[in-house]
Amino acid sequence: MTSSAVHPTQERPAPPARPSWPDATGHFGVFGGRFVPEALIAALDELTEAYEAMRVDPAFLAEFAALQRDYTGRPSPVTEVPRFAEHCGGARVLLKREDLNHTGSHKINNVLGQALLTKRIGKQRVIAETGAGQHGVATATAAALMGLSCTVYMGEEDTRRQALNVARMRLLGAEVVPVTTGSRTLKDAINEAFRDWVTNVETTNYVFGTVAGPHPFPAMVRDFQRVIGDEARAQVLEREGRLPDAVLACVGGGSNAIGIFTAFVPDDGVRLIGLEAGGDGVDTGRHAATITGGAPGVLHGARSYLLQDDNGQTVESHSISAGLDYPGVGPEHSHLHDIGRAEYRPVTDAEAMEAFALLCRTEGIIPAIESAHALAGTMRLGRELGPEALLLVNLSGRGDKDVETASRWFGLGDRSEVDPGPGMDTDQHATEGAVASGDAVPGQDAGGVA
Amino acid sequence: MSRLEERIRAARAEGRAALVAYLPVGYPDVEASIAGMVAAVEGGADVVEIGVPYSDPGMDGPVIQQAVEPAVRAGVGIRDVLRAVEAVDAAGAVPVVMSYWNPIERYGVERFAADLAAAGGAGAITPDLIPDEAGAWLAASEERGLDRVFLVAPSSTDARLRSTTAACRGFVYAASTMGVTGTRATVGDAAETLVTRTRAVTDVPVCVGLGVSNGDQAAEVAGFADGVIVGSAYVREMLEGRGPDGVRRLSQELAEGVRRQAVRP
Repeated sequence: MTSSAVHPTQERPAPPARPSWPDATGHFGVFGGRFVPEALIAALDELTEAYEAMRVDPAFLAEFAALQRDYTGRPSPVTEVPRFAEHCGGARVLLKREDLNHTGSHKINNVLGQALLTKRIGKQRVIAETGAGQHGVATATAAALMGLSCTVYMGEEDTRRQALNVARMRLLGAEVVPVTTGSRTLKDAINEAFRDWVTNVETTNYVFGTVAGPHPFPAMVRDFQRVIGDEARAQVLEREGRLPDAVLACVGGGSNAIGIFTAFVPDDGVRLIGLEAGGDGVDTGRHAATITGGAPGVLHGARSYLLQDDNGQTVESHSISAGLDYPGVGPEHSHLHDIGRAEYRPVTDAEAMEAFALLCRTEGIIPAIESAHALAGTMRLGRELGPEALLLVNLSGRGDKDVETASRWFGLGDRSEVDPGPGMDTDQHATEGAVASGDAVPGQDAGGVA
Repeated sequence: MSRLEERIRAARAEGRAALVAYLPVGYPDVEASIAGMVAAVEGGADVVEIGVPYSDPGMDGPVIQQAVEPAVRAGVGIRDVLRAVEAVDAAGAVPVVMSYWNPIERYGVERFAADLAAAGGAGAITPDLIPDEAGAWLAASEERGLDRVFLVAPSSTDARLRSTTAACRGFVYAASTMGVTGTRATVGDAAETLVTRTRAVTDVPVCVGLGVSNGDQAAEVAGFADGVIVGSAYVREMLEGRGPDGVRRLSQELAEGVRRQAVRP
């Protein structure tokens, strides 16, 4: 056997066992569960039962594995980024390249699983919520592939921020419904999707995009995403002969982070670090750092940390990244935080955009702004740990969708033709020259960074 | 005995169904919403469901969302709700709070139960709390002698009808159709089927909600249920500016409706 020609993950051993949580009713410690109208319980039970049968069914597992290999392009590679790492205190940095998946992010891992499940339970229609549009595009893609009809709910505000993804979904044959209630962002899209589901549950399956929501979604989405960490753990062991010192990922709802963390949870020596969207800084109140700045409560069907006021009303989140702009977080993250197995740190918009520019200029990789939060956390952690450290980062998505936002942030192109988006004041931000230098972006606010 | 059950049984003794009116606190403002509730009682409501405004009302349709959003923005909270409870109690109807779970959890479950009982509230309806997750609320409501109303739906299995109704006190809220709140042209057969299935497993009264908006529909539902719950139609009176007068007139029409047809034995 010529080992160099064989990708390390093609013969990887069976993945480690499922974590001991959640319990049979979907609780991760005190978090999770089901906080939904009774009308949805039957559908959630049906989904749970079908999923539990399917996840140990060899025929399903083979079909799923074939799709991941031939359609998504798995396994995704691990890339070392030495020029970027020069800005990380000399630590070595490895990227898990989920950005190279078909549709451009980790979201496809989950939707292929849930779309197969939809067919298994005999439903012909799927619905989904989307923030940045990546989950919506992935769901529209899987629906096209499997001949399902597809409706995607997206906050009106987000349809403007992510017009490219709206067009992609429509090209793929999905109906995109702009949601005009509440804050007109992801949380309201989820409310609207639940309203659709409770009305059309006999014909429709809800393809949930992250590790939040009522049981079984957090566990099921985790199981579909854990392939990221299962592959990466084997890949790092193969090339380095050891485990990384830390695994880093951005956290909005938290599916890419759970995806890469899960395989490493039993490895006590490996630090798990989730980077939350710190927006303008946690101390400004304009952020989406749910665990850092929130408190336990109930939102969208589960108990978890959330951003809320004294009346228990969900507080609007703020982030330059539409995919992290969510006031809740998956219950397993809340549990990992409370038991001290994972750490959660905020990254401001400015820090994320600095890391975004740096990866573009040093490695020729344009990351999603979501993933740039993980990169910013890596720069900081590398400086803390020094040159001996080996850091594994989930590059959860690519930045094509963010080109307009980034151009606006950095003042690229003809600024008079660029219409600043909501909440974006281009005057605060850097000029083209600063980006070209590859140095830290001036004008940033380092406030709120722990 | 449960205050809600007592009132519903009193209605049954008159050969009619009970009328349950819903209005949220805080639209167009707290005082005006309380005036609306009092008008609903004056028009003939037996029970008032006092809605706690919530930022993410996943079970509500556009009418109720529209009224609740400004109340949320204005910072209306449990303290205002307790004032409404006192006003409805004083007006002679049975006040029951209708709240998504997070506002109650944030206020503190035991504190909520204590303050609700002190204000004269009969209990609470919790549309996104199923008995399986309700340990703290079951304990607190038990301690304070409060009613707790959980929902059943056409999709509920018989086993769930049994376990959910076993946890209910006051009445069982039968969500008549699969969907969100809002007025509908017809009530549909699903409601009667659900009531029949629910009655087969419990002696707790069964009230029907979702979709009833006028006297004829109220009469139809009164033909098979112990109580008729009306929400969006009341809220629309407030949204369209007819205020307490509109609410009172609607209550009168609905109260006539629930008396039109005798409750089946």
